[in-house]
Amino acid sequence: MWRMGASEVLTDPSSLYDVGNGEYSDTYTMLTVRNALASVQNGESERYEELVQSMQIIKGADHAVWADLVTILNALSGSVACIDIINHRKLLSSVFGMSLWDLKPHVMEALYLDSCLNMLIGHFVPPRWVIDRLSQRRVIDQKTDVLSQVHGAILKISLLVPLAPSRLLPMLAQQMPKINKKDNVVVMYVENLFKLESSPIGQVGSSMLFMMVMERLRDLDLEIDWDDILQDDSSRGMFDMELEDTMNEGEENTSGGNVVFESLDKLMVISFDHLESCNLDGRLDQVFEKLFGAFENFILNTYKSKVSQFLMFYACSLDPENCGLKFASKLMDIFLSSNKPRPTRQVSVSPLWMSAVAYLASYLARGKFLPVSFVASVLKRLVDECADYCRTCNDDIRPEAHQIFYSGCQAIMYVLCFRMRSILNVPLFRSQLIPLESILMHRLNPLMVCLPSVVAEFLKQAKAGGMFVVSDAFIFDDLLESELSRAFGGPERLDTFFPFDSCLLKSSNSYISPNFIYWSMVRPTYEEDDDDEEDAEIIVNGDEESDEEEEEGDLDYSMNKMSITPKHSFKNKMERDGLLKMPSMIRPSISPQSF
Amino acid sequence: MEGLKLTNAELMVYIHPSKSGNKLKAICRELSSLLFQYDETFDGVLLAFDVTVKSKGAKILAGLNPYFGVKVEASLLLFNPKPNSLVEGKIVKISPETIHVIVLGFSAAVVTDIDIREEFKYRMRNGEDCFVSSSHKRHVLKVGTMLRLQVESFDEEVMHIAGSLLPANTGCVKWLEQQSEEALHMDRDDHKRRKIA
Repeated sequence: MWRMGASEVLTDPSSLYDVGNGEYSDTYTMLTVRNALASVQNGESERYEELVQSMQIIKGADHAVWADLVTILNALSGSVACIDIINHRKLLSSVFGMSLWDLKPHVMEALYLDSCLNMLIGHFVPPRWVIDRLSQRRVIDQKTDVLSQVHGAILKISLLVPLAPSRLLPMLAQQMPKINKKDNVVVMYVENLFKLESSPIGQVGSSMLFMMVMERLRDLDLEIDWDDILQDDSSRGMFDMELEDTMNEGEENTSGGNVVFESLDKLMVISFDHLESCNLDGRLDQVFEKLFGAFENFILNTYKSKVSQFLMFYACSLDPENCGLKFASKLMDIFLSSNKPRPTRQVSVSPLWMSAVAYLASYLARGKFLPVSFVASVLKRLVDECADYCRTCNDDIRPEAHQIFYSGCQAIMYVLCFRMRSILNVPLFRSQLIPLESILMHRLNPLMVCLPSVVAEFLKQAKAGGMFVVSDAFIFDDLLESELSRAFGGPERLDTFFPFDSCLLKSSNSYISPNFIYWSMVRPTYEEDDDDEEDAEIIVNGDEESDEEEEEGDLDYSMNKMSITPKHSFKNKMERDGLLKMPSMIRPSISPQSF
Repeated sequence: MEGLKLTNAELMVYIHPSKSGNKLKAICRELSSLLFQYDETFDGVLLAFDVTVKSKGAKILAGLNPYFGVKVEASLLLFNPKPNSLVEGKIVKISPETIHVIVLGFSAAVVTDIDIREEFKYRMRNGEDCFVSSSHKRHVLKVGTMLRLQVESFDEEVMHIAGSLLPANTGCVKWLEQQSEEALHMDRDDHKRRKIA
């Protein structure tokens, strides 16, 4: 019956498309439109052309026409016609934005499910004219509106077509914007990805979404020439002027508007925000697994990333008991898996576990939220592993051959540089470290091979803490690195790899610093105890009870520290000596040299 | 419901040498990658499988990576709705022009108004969209109803079924079954009456 009615309407279709006249009954218009579309299949594209034309003319939102169009599409299977309309819609939608989206859900025919999804994804990033005017309130509101409708549409489609999410994910990966030196379109795209992750689609595609984000973070990270910004001065001691100071100075350098810098910073910030919302929803635990998977795939084997890894740090800080501990154990597992039998072949490129142990060491040293007991237990495991290694090994110093051992030793020493005092304060933990002496005295001679600055600091503290007595042969002359350490570090220089050193991005760092242990906050064992005064005693992560009181002290302390921006000169040996002795507290009026 | 079949198949699954530690897992992984996809060899969409490894030995392929082939016996659950067969699914959305159905939880089916028979009229009842039969007031199709529809076509790429409610034996499953029950009873009664008479 419908079809008969349609043929009657054939007579005068052009009258339907008078501008401004939207009073035709739904069915009538529907018939005509159907007719027009169907006519394409018969080879008469005239009506169709008229239809297309009419869409261009009608500027006001003539909802009836839209609604019909959609239902027509649903009814017909004429591929060519339908796809044309979709392309058309793309054009129009960038002009109209909002009203279109309600109608998307209806469109479901198999042939254009893909193009539909593609189009929706394409709208994740607003057109140029929106980006340029993003500062206007009205435009921001419009953007929020459009995006919420786009996401609503995706959800509706997923409801009607259960397999849609699995088709969506590869498309998302394909359409992801590449790194662009000119604008941070990536950030907007990722905002949408996170929205998807929070939605039911996230249940299916979480890991893939996180992989995509991690990959972009890593790409941005690698784009930046960090050496430039750090003004790397190789004569600077490793434990000296902590980067919290350079940041204040460094800001002026980057104010040149480096877009990549900004993009990375913004990307990190929205990632942090997303993790926080996951935590509030109570699903950080599940998300963490996927996050770690992405981290393992993209960041763990990238030795030059400076900032991306802080995503993990932040996640751990949000949920120390669960995620915080999980992160360390997973890293430990990767490190220990190096012991599994592998084909004997000289490994020229540094293996994953070396990077894992470097991450572990840096994490244990810097994570303010980690309880001392946990740090001690991980240290114990490392110590036991190294002790086992010693027992079965009869070799002399050979850095390349015993990388596992040397990296393990360096990790232990590095962590102890930060945590020596709190660990030695507890007899149980102290006793767990007893095998360390024999490890360090072994023929393999880790003290000679590991990074001299770490070794020197460690020995100083060990001696002061009464851990064991060390001969003077190991007091290095302020060497940052040595031939041997370079050898064990390998081509990627994993001997100097401390991944959780201060985050150099301003906004990101504001998320990280409350949970971060700066070197200035550490009280080495060689500081005399009678420096104690009523002011906050900065003990690195003592018992949980004293944590609350100390937090304020810490913040004030680091704020005070940051207010000093002395121009250090390491060329002057006397000044250098003075600087190397980090005082436990600094009051703003004291200049570095007066002791 | 038609379109489902259970078949037995003898398959040869090729596994990468690195997976030799856990062959069953690797085999399951291989077969899982075929799930919810139409396979020409199987002639249907693979929904589920159950494998048993047949032999202890395996054939090693010559090549750069020495994949080895393991013979397995698998029972496969396949879905291939042929045109004019009947399938059942749950209605998820109703509009004046369409009924959207999901079959077996993964396949999207649509019945457009052209394919809905005359007796069904679209109504808005209590804020809910539904189709009501004009001849049988109790025969209602709304969101959540299990619907039996006839398959017009099946798009293998997107697992999309174009369905039709034109035949008389399509509609709400519950109602149809009640009808057939009553018909059965009536038959029996008739039969009794005739016997007595």
